[in-house]
Amino acid sequence: MKPPQFEYDDPSSIEETLTLLTQYGEDAKILAGGQSLVPLLNFRLARPDRLIDINNVRELDYLRVEDGMLRIGALTRHSALERSSELGERVPLLRDAVRLVGHVQIRNRGTVGGSVAHADPAAELPVALTALSARFHARSSRGSRLLRADELFVTHLTTALEPDELLTEIEVPLPAPGTRHGFVEFSRRHGDFALGGAAVLLESGPDGSCRHAAIALLAAASTPLRASGAEQFLVGQRFNERVAAEAAERAVGDINPTGDIHGSSNYRRGLVKAMVRRALVQADSGAKEAA
Amino acid sequence: MRKGVIGTSLPRKEDVPLLTGAARFAGDVQRPGMLHAHILRSPFAHARLLSLNAGPALELPGVHAVLTQEDLPPAARAIPMRMFAQQDLEGYLQPPLAGGVVRYSGEPVAMVVADSRYEAEDAAELVEVDYSELPVVLRPDEALEEEAPRLHTGPNRAGGFRIEFGDVDRAFAEAHLVVEERLEVGRHAAVPLETRGLVAEVDELTGMLVVYGAAKIPHVNRRILARLLDRPEERIRLVELNVGGGFGARGEFYPEDFLIPFCALRLRRPVAWVEDREEHMRACNHSREQVHDVAIALAKDGRFLALRDRFLNNTGAYIRTHGLVVPGMTAALLPGPYRWSAYRCDASQVVTNKTPAGTYRAPGRYEANFVRERLIDVAAHRLRLDPVELRRRNLIARDDMPYPTGTHTDGHPVVYDSGDYALLLEKGLARFGWEEMRRWRDSAPHRGIGVGFFVEKSGIARWEYARVEVTNRGETHVYSGGASLGQGLETVLAQVAADTLGVRYDDVSVFHGDTATIPDGMGAFGSRAATLGGSAVLRGATRLRERLLELAADELEIAPEDLDLVDDAVIARGAPATRVSLSALFELARPARALGSNTQPGLSEEAYFLSEDMTFPYGLHCAAVEIDAETGGVAIERYTVAYDLGRAINPQLVEGQVVGGAAQGVAGALLEELAYDEGGQLVAGSFMDYLLPTAGEAPFVDVLITEDAPTSRNPLGAKGAGEGGTAAAGAAIANAVADALAAEPTRLPITPERVLTLAREGAR
Repeated sequence: MKPPQFEYDDPSSIEETLTLLTQYGEDAKILAGGQSLVPLLNFRLARPDRLIDINNVRELDYLRVEDGMLRIGALTRHSALERSSELGERVPLLRDAVRLVGHVQIRNRGTVGGSVAHADPAAELPVALTALSARFHARSSRGSRLLRADELFVTHLTTALEPDELLTEIEVPLPAPGTRHGFVEFSRRHGDFALGGAAVLLESGPDGSCRHAAIALLAAASTPLRASGAEQFLVGQRFNERVAAEAAERAVGDINPTGDIHGSSNYRRGLVKAMVRRALVQADSGAKEAA
Repeated sequence: MRKGVIGTSLPRKEDVPLLTGAARFAGDVQRPGMLHAHILRSPFAHARLLSLNAGPALELPGVHAVLTQEDLPPAARAIPMRMFAQQDLEGYLQPPLAGGVVRYSGEPVAMVVADSRYEAEDAAELVEVDYSELPVVLRPDEALEEEAPRLHTGPNRAGGFRIEFGDVDRAFAEAHLVVEERLEVGRHAAVPLETRGLVAEVDELTGMLVVYGAAKIPHVNRRILARLLDRPEERIRLVELNVGGGFGARGEFYPEDFLIPFCALRLRRPVAWVEDREEHMRACNHSREQVHDVAIALAKDGRFLALRDRFLNNTGAYIRTHGLVVPGMTAALLPGPYRWSAYRCDASQVVTNKTPAGTYRAPGRYEANFVRERLIDVAAHRLRLDPVELRRRNLIARDDMPYPTGTHTDGHPVVYDSGDYALLLEKGLARFGWEEMRRWRDSAPHRGIGVGFFVEKSGIARWEYARVEVTNRGETHVYSGGASLGQGLETVLAQVAADTLGVRYDDVSVFHGDTATIPDGMGAFGSRAATLGGSAVLRGATRLRERLLELAADELEIAPEDLDLVDDAVIARGAPATRVSLSALFELARPARALGSNTQPGLSEEAYFLSEDMTFPYGLHCAAVEIDAETGGVAIERYTVAYDLGRAINPQLVEGQVVGGAAQGVAGALLEELAYDEGGQLVAGSFMDYLLPTAGEAPFVDVLITEDAPTSRNPLGAKGAGEGGTAAAGAAIANAVADALAAEPTRLPITPERVLTLAREGAR
């Protein structure tokens, strides 16, 4: 379990990183927190010729709210999200999701950008960001572009980022005041990748019926998945157990999760359904607590 | 014996070096000019090895050698069995490096030695090996089918035996009720947190081959190594360092235990190898995988008439050092704490294309207890009897002790030494709060409670060595043939020595695991180190105390019976100012003086202790679980282990043994499984997929230690404490899940998906 040989760069600015990516992009990998890449290197499952270590690119490490938008630099550690009181108040879904990422050591080291760029459909942050309709800034020497989650996440461990592109920022529109949220997952052990989960945002109109719903599914497909059918079903509904169950049923209608030694596809579909229902109930009970 | 030493939870002697960072593990050893080894392992589960070309690897800078089977001496063709050996198993033994055929994914094929581990791993990728794949067989029942691929020259049933007493067929024919099930235990493993590691070097000044990183059985392994190297035992020194866990797996003689010293001898350079987790999962002994077709015959009143079992133990690709230990223990202890008029057990040791298997904490008993206790609950459900009451009616009575079970291990009859099972059952249930937990169970759906009763065995390999010495500073040194795997051996032996001699606990130091300073020993396995090692220390210390008193008697001119040894001096009873210190006695015992006065020189007493037989501690696991009917998750509400071990030398250490053991046992019931794909690749090969319990999963374990049945088979009255925490965990968890679901789990581990399947289909 020692990695094969690689070249190593440690740029200290975005510009420098982009230059290196232009030169070596096809054969290089960005090293951020290293929580996924380093094990892959040690198992010799990833064998890049070059690592571009961005841990010295301090300009990528920030968390701020401006113009109704939460902006997260790609190098921001999970633990920074966890500890931000502003995040807890303005985007509590993200705070609840990040608390479920791995263990404290992993959260101290792992980065938001790394989790997004790794694109594991069982990871918490991509799913929460998908529910939040976040957008992703990618930069290269050629220019920059802004991607939606459904544009960024292509399939298991694959994004639409080009070899010369660097994910620099995630922008999250702040949920409207009064928006309730739920984030639920099930894993066999504390801190493991979950076998299924769901992130939910609910916004109610003045009559108490649902005005807007967002549901993103965890480990349900090859990417984080919005359950748009279930979201549409919820709009206009007044919340009750039956409505939650029906929405959960609709959310998993088309999914076909990949089975493995911890659970078959069939088991996982049922699990995701249960997680959607629970996330909806959690969101609703959050509303009651607030009231 | 003195009050307050034996039986007291004194602080562990082992903790100071561990907590201050002074402890040294195999990975810490650095020697001048040390090279690093990497083992190239077969990527296939079964294949013919057509050719191997190390040329390109040897051209890489920093590479010193690539060893293949052709480099091995004739004496090193196969690693011998050390326990439960049988001649007909010899054709199944593992060579240190594969020859013409590889039989499991992970089997060593070549060893690369380089300046660093990085270079060794790079070079291993350049070794060109041609394989021709062969068909694979993974399940033991399938391995016995006629058309199954055959692994070795002999049949896939490498060995086996029958244990039988009474008229089984008649009992089944006349029974009121027969319950029969196929019950399976999944493959899991010990997985100590410190992986294996070895550093070997030749001390050029003395010619001694020194191997650091020995564990569990240093003297036995020295004997095996000497035989494979064709080298005198006394020219080999094995040194045990601090060891981070063993649990049966670590410390057995594996291919690497030959390869690393062999390579150091050949290259005349120190060679280091530290197993990484990826190779540990495929290389170190697996355990537990068994399939039982088992039946109980019962009378109308619930009396057990007969037990009949036919089981297969999947031992993987080779027979390793344990020979038939695991099936042997399974069959010998399957009857458990109950009276049976008839018993028949057909045991088979079956080879398949998986990693070889050996022992893991409570080997054979974890499996047997699950099988028997699970089946008893099924019978209780059929009889509409309370499962605890059904057990109560069948327990062996205290007055029946010693109780010959009618079974035997390795040809030796199993005779339970002492026990009051009924008393322990009531104490255990009371401690657990059985009635309270019944109400808890009834107050909401999907809740269940269950028990598993077990009889353990301890003190296998019945002798141990000790040497007890007083030093020139008046302190006490104890040398033991036992070994430490983290269990607290030094603490316990120091307690026995301090208690017996009368010296201060803090003045006792314990040494073990160095074949240069200890002539022989059996090590640490089978819950033996404290009971047998402690008894040897007790014997040596008793004799040393007598000699110290005699020596002081001469010096003080007072009769020995009027003297006492207190702390660091021998004093006159009733007149403590009349005294001679231990350091003064040491001077009196120096040879020049002692020989002149016709007394034995030196203050050192060697002792061997031989136990007449094993001892049999026993206990009860109680579990309360709540099931999430949507996810299949099992939450443990309460977990209690009640354990009678005759005498607890250090109760806190016993409790630690039970809690750690229970965490492992519960994990085997719910989490851990070495899953393979159809091609014979280990899928659960890392800690992402092999689910060791963390603090988040391990239940809080409430421990009740009782001392109602001391053994007469050693002078301490103590039975082994190491394995009872694990022994019936699978049984108790499975029975609690059965109660919660009103269904009958037949296989461990009970994964969330299996829980849901049971809930859906298994309603009884």
